[in-house]
This record gives sequence, C-alpha cells and structure tokens, in this order.
Amino acid sequence: MSFTGLRALLPKHDLRALLILAAIIIIVMPLFLDIFRLNLVGKYLTYAFVALGLVLCWGLGGILSLGQGVFFGLGGYCMAMFLKLEASSPEQTAIQSTPGIPDFMDWNQLTELPWFWEPFHSLSFTLLAVIAVPALFAFIIGVAMFKRRVGGVYFAIITQAIAAILTILIIGQQGYTGGVNGITDLRTLLGWDIRTNSAQYILYFINAILLFACLLAAQVIRKSKLGRLLVAMREREDRVRFSGYDVANFKIFVFCIAAVFSAIGGAMFTLQVGFMSPSFVGIVPSIEMVIYCAVGGRLSIFGAIYGTLLVNWAKTIFSESFPELWLFAMGALFIGVVMAFPNGLADLYQSYALPWLKKQRLRLPARLGGVKTPQKTTK
Amino acid sequence: MSALNTAKKPKDFVLSIEGLTVSFDGFKAVNDLSLYVEEQEIRVIIGPNGAGKTTVLDLICGRTKATSGAITFKGQNLTKLKEHQIVQVGVGRKFQNPSIYEDLTVFENLEISFPRGRNVWGALFFRRDAEVINKVNEIASMIFLGDKLDKPAELLSHGQKQWLEIGMLLIQDPELLMLDEPVAGMSVSERKLTAELLHRITKDRSVLVVEHDMQFVEDIADRVTVLHQGKTLSEGSMERVKSDPKVIEVYLGH
Repeated sequence: MSFTGLRALLPKHDLRALLILAAIIIIVMPLFLDIFRLNLVGKYLTYAFVALGLVLCWGLGGILSLGQGVFFGLGGYCMAMFLKLEASSPEQTAIQSTPGIPDFMDWNQLTELPWFWEPFHSLSFTLLAVIAVPALFAFIIGVAMFKRRVGGVYFAIITQAIAAILTILIIGQQGYTGGVNGITDLRTLLGWDIRTNSAQYILYFINAILLFACLLAAQVIRKSKLGRLLVAMREREDRVRFSGYDVANFKIFVFCIAAVFSAIGGAMFTLQVGFMSPSFVGIVPSIEMVIYCAVGGRLSIFGAIYGTLLVNWAKTIFSESFPELWLFAMGALFIGVVMAFPNGLADLYQSYALPWLKKQRLRLPARLGGVKTPQKTTK
Repeated sequence: MSALNTAKKPKDFVLSIEGLTVSFDGFKAVNDLSLYVEEQEIRVIIGPNGAGKTTVLDLICGRTKATSGAITFKGQNLTKLKEHQIVQVGVGRKFQNPSIYEDLTVFENLEISFPRGRNVWGALFFRRDAEVINKVNEIASMIFLGDKLDKPAELLSHGQKQWLEIGMLLIQDPELLMLDEPVAGMSVSERKLTAELLHRITKDRSVLVVEHDMQFVEDIADRVTVLHQGKTLSEGSMERVKSDPKVIEVYLGH
C-alpha cells in the first residue's frame, strides 16, 4: 500500500492512539505487573475482542447484540475441546472406566467420544473451527433476522434469548459439554504446558498481537466505504436501501465480523485461563461486554479497549472488597454512562481532555518566556 | 443483471402503470390506477391529502407491495424486484422529509450514492479515485453545495438538506427520478433555485414529482396528474387541469 493510502487508513491521531495503546499493553503492563496480574490483564483483554466487535456492530452499525457471549463461548469451547482431548490421553485417564475420553464424559456414563468431538483431535481443524463455527452461526442468525428486517430492540432481545438457550443447552447436555462446570483441567497445547509462567507470558503477547490485528482490521473496515455505509444505515436505513444497497448483507457481514472477533477472544481466554464454562456464554456476561464497550465509547475502537480494561480493573478491585455490591455498581455505571456520556470515555477525552491538553501546550512557550506567540490555530 | 431488451419498450413510455391497486385492510389507497410517463417528461402528481400520491411513489420504488396491477419500467416488471434492485435498474427516489446522513460530511453523503461498490466486498475495497472525486464535485456545485463538501450534513439548512438529497439521487444517474415534495419547507428564493435545478437536471431523464405548491408545479410541470381517492381525476397540461371543474371542486377550489 502506498504511503498516502496508509495515511488515509491511519491518520495522525489514530496512529498516535495506536502507539500509546501498544506501548501500554506490550511494554508497560509486562514490565510493571507480576505474572499473576499480567495474566489477569490478559484475561481482560480477551473481552476487549468482544468490545471491539461491538464497536463495529453496535457503535457504527447500530445493531445492538446482547448475545456476544455466545460467540465468545463458541470460540472458547472449540479451543477447550482440543485442549481437553489432549489432556485425556488413555495414559492420563487410565483410572477411568473408559480411558481416553474426557473425565466428565466418563462421569456421565459415556463410553465413547461423541462424533462432533472427533475432529477436535486436530489443532488445525480446531483453529479453523474457532473462526468458522461462530462465523457460520452468526451468518445463520444474521440471514434469519436481517433478511426479514428484524432490527433494533427485537434483535437485541432475540440475541439475548439465543444466549440463554445456548447456556441451557450446554448445562443440560452435561455428558457432551461438561455441564455447568464447563471444560476444566486443561494442561497442554501440543505438549507445551500452558500453565507455566513462561507460557502465560507468551500467551499474553500472542493475545496482544491478535488484539492489534483485530484492531487494524476494524480500522480498515471503519475507514472504508463500508464503514461509512454502516453509519449511514444506523441513521437512515431506508435511504441506504433506496440508494441501491441490499442493507441486510451489510448487517450480516458486520455481525459475522463481530462474532469472529469475539470467538478469537474466547479461544485466547481458554488458553490463558485454562478452562471454559457456560458462565461466559449467558445473558449476564453478554451484557457486561456491552457495558465495557459503552463505557469506553461505542464509537471508538481504542475507547472500547480502555473501557474493557478499566471496568474489569474496577470490578476486580471492587469485588474483592464488596463482592455483593459489584453488580449494583456495574448497573449504576452503565446507566450513568448512557445518561451522561452516551459516547463513553472516548468522547469525554475528545471533547474535554484533548482541547485542554492543546491549550496547555500552546500556553507552555508563553509561560516559559518564549518570544513566539502561538499563532497556529488550535486545529 | 439481465440485459435490458430495449426493443420491447411499450411505445416510448419509460414508466407505465396499469391497473395498480393496493389495499390496506380493505381500504384502497390506490385504486385501479393507470399512469404513463414518457421519456424526458416532467410529470407532477397533485391532489388533496390522502389521495394516494406518496403511496404511488412507494409502490413504484418497492417500498409498498401492490395488491394487483403492473408497474413496467423500460420493459421490466418492477413489482417483482426488491428495493435495491429497482434502484439499480434506474429508479431514484427522494423522500418527503430530507433523508440524509447527518453524521457524515456532504462529500461522504454523495460518495455513498455513487453507483459503484454496492455489495459488501465492493464497499470494503471501494477506492476514492479521481472519477469519484470529480463526480462528487460536479454534483455538489450543481446543487449549490460546492463549498460545503467537508461540512457535516447536520449543519446544513433545511433547504440545503433537500438539495443534498436531490444531489444524492443525481449521482446515481437514474432514468426515472421521483421527488416527493422537493420544495416543502423552502424559502421563496430556495424554491426558485430548486425549480431552476430541476429544469437543468431533467434534460436527460424522466421525473415524477409529488407537490402541493401550485406556483412551483406551474414552473416545472410538462403534464399534471390529479389524484383523488386513489384514482386519476384529471390529467393533462396545467392549464387544462386548472380549468377542469372536477379538479376545482375537490382540490383547487378551497
């Protein structure tokens, strides 16, 4: 790509935001946090994938999904199935009545591996499935909803119902899914122990790199005509339709992209935290992920990541001291943000912090006795 | 897209509507209507409130599905097509209230309507090349917004928003342009400019206008169709229609 093309893709302020974020995540965090805290940050960052998808889907396109946990979970479960199979070799499970199958299957009187588990012996299949399964599922939901012009609140409610259904399904089919406990006791990835400190460092960085890859993909979409079309659809869907576009296809596309982002986050969650359970699939986690995005700023891809980190950091601090109050605080935070700053922290920064910083910078030479008076406009 | 078989055109009509009926729960908003628009004709539809004027436009552009009847545009049956396909065969529609994208700039508003990259991948890899920029500039100066390209559309005045939407249609280069009350809410000077604009842009296309402002109708119309209760009450030149006693009774008289 030419230099001007690159400039158009990443204007100065976006490039600066990207570099600052990269410095924080890739340099500052690993330098100043111990591995326990860093692993925690890594876990938070897996939610940032979901928030990033929501910026495209909800912020730009106006499609509010309250069921992104479904895709986070699907990605996470795909990865967990592979890891679980590796942890269930006949030698490691010799004490079971049927060795060679995951422990929870044995406890549920299953005597052979279900057919849909079989392909997850292969890592390449698993990596493909992490992307393809959620994308396909999102595509089916998207076609069913958007082609029939279901949107707005109705779509949000349906996604929420899907999140509830999937949770119930996972919990109910204990023998196949590990039930309410989820898939636990994951140990190695192709023989590489993922529970060691060094592995957690490496996974943190892989996670960070994937996050930045998704961030760039989101930026490409945002800066393309497709990104502007999403904004146009959010405002005047009919006008877009009567300008010759099949609106449903664009909605399906962005919903699938958001699903894929979420799924990558889910898979990285499983790798870093070492298990996957239905408590990351259902309604509550799905709504929490919307809150991360809302707090950070649903129109800003960078804001969503800061929002995710901040809310989770607050959650950890707060719930350590007042575990029962956390949910109320979270609800209040969401209502507060929506009422006072509908575009979140990113907007707050852009409308107040940035002008203030610029003013300070202009005043600085004058205060230092510099002869140059600030002639440049603030723009 | 199938090739347009130009040979099959019924006479020289760009648009022919035959026996068009739509009923909403038994109420016939448009009742057995027939209407023919010639090439490069400016046709104005007038009539009292509830006569079905906007509904006719909705039916043509596919927003409302007809109960019965046929709408043929350049030999193609529009009633079988979806909204975006109708646009792609060459029918453009302006809504009653200015319908623009307020969060985007004037340039971006026009660019989105540029007829290229209309599917997902096309939009993702769309490039703002010289052709697009030139076309946007050309249209923008035509609609008196040449110096406002970088402004967010929400900052435009009401009249400018109407022009912007007309511009968004022009950039699609439709063969049939449908305008729903294009001068509603405009000042006198804006009306004049709009009439001028319409005269200029209609040179190589047909235009179907719904309008209440009689002065404006006289300014632009080649022929006028008066609708009443979903049916054609009278049709012809403005002079003829104005002196038709039936029209005076139901519409112009009060």
